[in-house]
Amino acid sequence: MSYVAIADRDHEQEHHDPQTFITKYIWSQDHKVIAVQYGITAIFVGLIALCLSAMMRLQLGFPDEFTFINPENYYQFITMHGMIMVIYLLTALFLGGFGNYLIPLMCGSRDMVFPYLNMLSYWVYLLSVIILIISFFVPGGSTGAGWTLYPPQAIMQGTPGIDLGIILMLVSLAVFIVAFTMGGLNYVTTVLQARCKGMTLMRMPLSVWGIFTATVLGLLAFPALLVSAIMMLLDKTLLTSFFMPAISSMGADPGYTGGSPILFQHLFWFFGHPEVYIVALPAFGIVSDLLSTHARKNIFGYRMMVWAIIAIGGLSFVVWAHHMYVSGMNPYFGFFFATTTLIIAVPTAIKVYNWRFGKAIFTCVSRCCFPSALFSRLFMAG
Amino acid sequence: MPFAVVLILLVVGSILFHILSPWTFTELASNWAMVDFTVDITLWVTGVVFVAVNLFMAYCVIKFRHKKGARSTYEPENKKLETWLTGLTAVGVAAMLTPGLVVWDQFVSVPEEAHVVEAVGQQWHWTFRYPGKDGKLGEVDNERISSQNPFGIDPEDPNGQDDIVVYSPEAHIPLDRPVKFLLRSKDVLHDFAVAQFRVKMDLVPGMDTFLWLTPTKAGRFEILCEELCGIGHHTMRGAVIVDEQQDFDNWLARQSTFSEHMATPEGNAAIGAAQYGICAACHGQQGEGIVAMNAPKIAGMPDWYLKRQIKNYKRGLRGVHADDKFGQQMVGMVATLVDDTAIDNVTAHIATFPDKPPETTIDGDLAHGKKLYAVCAYCHGGDGMGNEALNAPRIAGMSDWYIARQLSNFKEGVRGAHPGDYYGFQMGLMGQSLHDEQAVNNIVAYINTL
Repeated sequence: MSYVAIADRDHEQEHHDPQTFITKYIWSQDHKVIAVQYGITAIFVGLIALCLSAMMRLQLGFPDEFTFINPENYYQFITMHGMIMVIYLLTALFLGGFGNYLIPLMCGSRDMVFPYLNMLSYWVYLLSVIILIISFFVPGGSTGAGWTLYPPQAIMQGTPGIDLGIILMLVSLAVFIVAFTMGGLNYVTTVLQARCKGMTLMRMPLSVWGIFTATVLGLLAFPALLVSAIMMLLDKTLLTSFFMPAISSMGADPGYTGGSPILFQHLFWFFGHPEVYIVALPAFGIVSDLLSTHARKNIFGYRMMVWAIIAIGGLSFVVWAHHMYVSGMNPYFGFFFATTTLIIAVPTAIKVYNWRFGKAIFTCVSRCCFPSALFSRLFMAG
Repeated sequence: MPFAVVLILLVVGSILFHILSPWTFTELASNWAMVDFTVDITLWVTGVVFVAVNLFMAYCVIKFRHKKGARSTYEPENKKLETWLTGLTAVGVAAMLTPGLVVWDQFVSVPEEAHVVEAVGQQWHWTFRYPGKDGKLGEVDNERISSQNPFGIDPEDPNGQDDIVVYSPEAHIPLDRPVKFLLRSKDVLHDFAVAQFRVKMDLVPGMDTFLWLTPTKAGRFEILCEELCGIGHHTMRGAVIVDEQQDFDNWLARQSTFSEHMATPEGNAAIGAAQYGICAACHGQQGEGIVAMNAPKIAGMPDWYLKRQIKNYKRGLRGVHADDKFGQQMVGMVATLVDDTAIDNVTAHIATFPDKPPETTIDGDLAHGKKLYAVCAYCHGGDGMGNEALNAPRIAGMSDWYIARQLSNFKEGVRGAHPGDYYGFQMGLMGQSLHDEQAVNNIVAYINTL
């Protein structure tokens, strides 16, 4: 008997037909509804972060004019703005939102392979957002340690929100990672196992390639953040010394000894640099598809584009310490990370060239094309 | 077509902006011209690619614009073109990478003849240590830090006895001699950055880091902390002063060593009592302060703060602003204290006064004051008793009218404007967040309740 793709085995498929309003729109297992839920929640927290950035600009534009911005608030705005934008908005919107919506539709599968897990993923994500928002209202306010949360400063005197603020931030991150792992396993399994007949890997739309690779990166990178969040929680609450050396804080000895702040930075950026591509690769993929659709041309160099995505994904794990050249790490690491960092520029440049060539030979310029054309222009200029 | 015009204008505009731009590199004052060179190379490589790709795109938009009946060709791949582009990009990337690696190699290889200066960071100050005559720095340990021994130097270590300790955020180095800055932090991450030197490095508690340079210009260069280190991060300023060798030697000879610092004698309160007579006329017999004389309470104020302020008046760092008329009076009075011993004696006498709470003269909105005070509490403490480690004086239980006046002075630049008044300068930066007189009154009213 010849192989029948899972998506084509109609009789075996479980259908998730919605029964009532609640199962249709709230406790829904339908990937499209979950995608919209993810999207709305992500955009909602994004709007909060937008307000925070407006506050930062008010302070920069009119220093000390506004009574509701003091030095404490300013650092809190910076921290929460950065954290929300990178993790709670971008990661959730591209993977939870676009990923959920597009993967089954573009791969031709009925739904995600684990619909219940998918639903759970959203609700756990929502929980992490709620914990994050609560941290604005606890005594001392949210953490103001900067979005990188570098210890010792993130949990020591002298920084805003070192009580409940930082604890809730770390708990929220851990919960977010649980949510992401549930969603991520789903996206990867669906792409690998539930494509329709004829949808070979080398025929998948670049959007799906971007989302798929980003998810693999996420599954490998987020655990580093999870352990660093848990270790810092222990340092804060149980006075362990994973990241805390012997210090004299404001003339007093807080009792830590022997830990390494650099260890946190390595863990953070081992997550943090792939995170750049977790956010960027889905956008690269979507831009590729939008450009080719509206230019009414096929993608130029499709196979090269796929390999570029994979190369970027792989290389993104060996460049993390370029965020740490002057962090005090062993200076000889600098040679290695400078080299890998510039090597990753090659596949990225290839993607940009191919967008240019794809677009170059216009048959017509569509208005819709403009935002993505603008993206590829801005990215290139950047 | 408009799209093509916009693209071309963008390219022309970018080039024109680059040529006519008022923004230039900060003037170089060290041997690291190579760093600027790598930045220039990167700009050239990316600039050429930017111009080429954009002009190519504009060309295509014009050449292949919509024409009735024209059909596009189907060309999904072009191996030759893709290989060429990858190769060219690799060349461009190598051109950017190579000088970077060369300069990094120089940066991590400290010349053997470099002399050593240790820069120590803490929230939110810089201090410095020079190896003494033996050329060796003594062992240090953050756990040994105290107000007597702010560097945490091991008192048993012979190498540390002649270490020259500089309790100010200004370091001097001689011109044209390579210097290795050893970097150490007492509490959190900081970053030693001087824009004119082009190199910077984090200070990491628990380990030593370093950077090196050869200063090529004499002058005063500001040190900025470039790693977020808490609420006073923006006030963490210092300076490297590059001197001629002779001036540097003279300056170094005037600094005290670790053993001299530890051996500083206590002031003699009995001798100080006689000298206090002239102070008593305004500040009161028991240092209780007299509002009518515009003299604040000084009883109960820690001696390190009194000493610093008296010295600031003597050195012309305080009481020199035209609008600070009470400060100007004080300059005349401190002239009667002829040397450091006299200052030590008189502050020792002041320390014997009973600490009675003064009368309060200012009312305000306590709830608002409490909210504002949250920022002050980072240095002055939740109880307003101050913290020597942060150079923050006691403010609770002191003359409230005086605190209100000083806050206004800091905000207006009447006090703390002199670059040599390091800690006053910091307070000036923090005082900026108080918006008006009402805010000052509210905060002082709240301090009265502490």
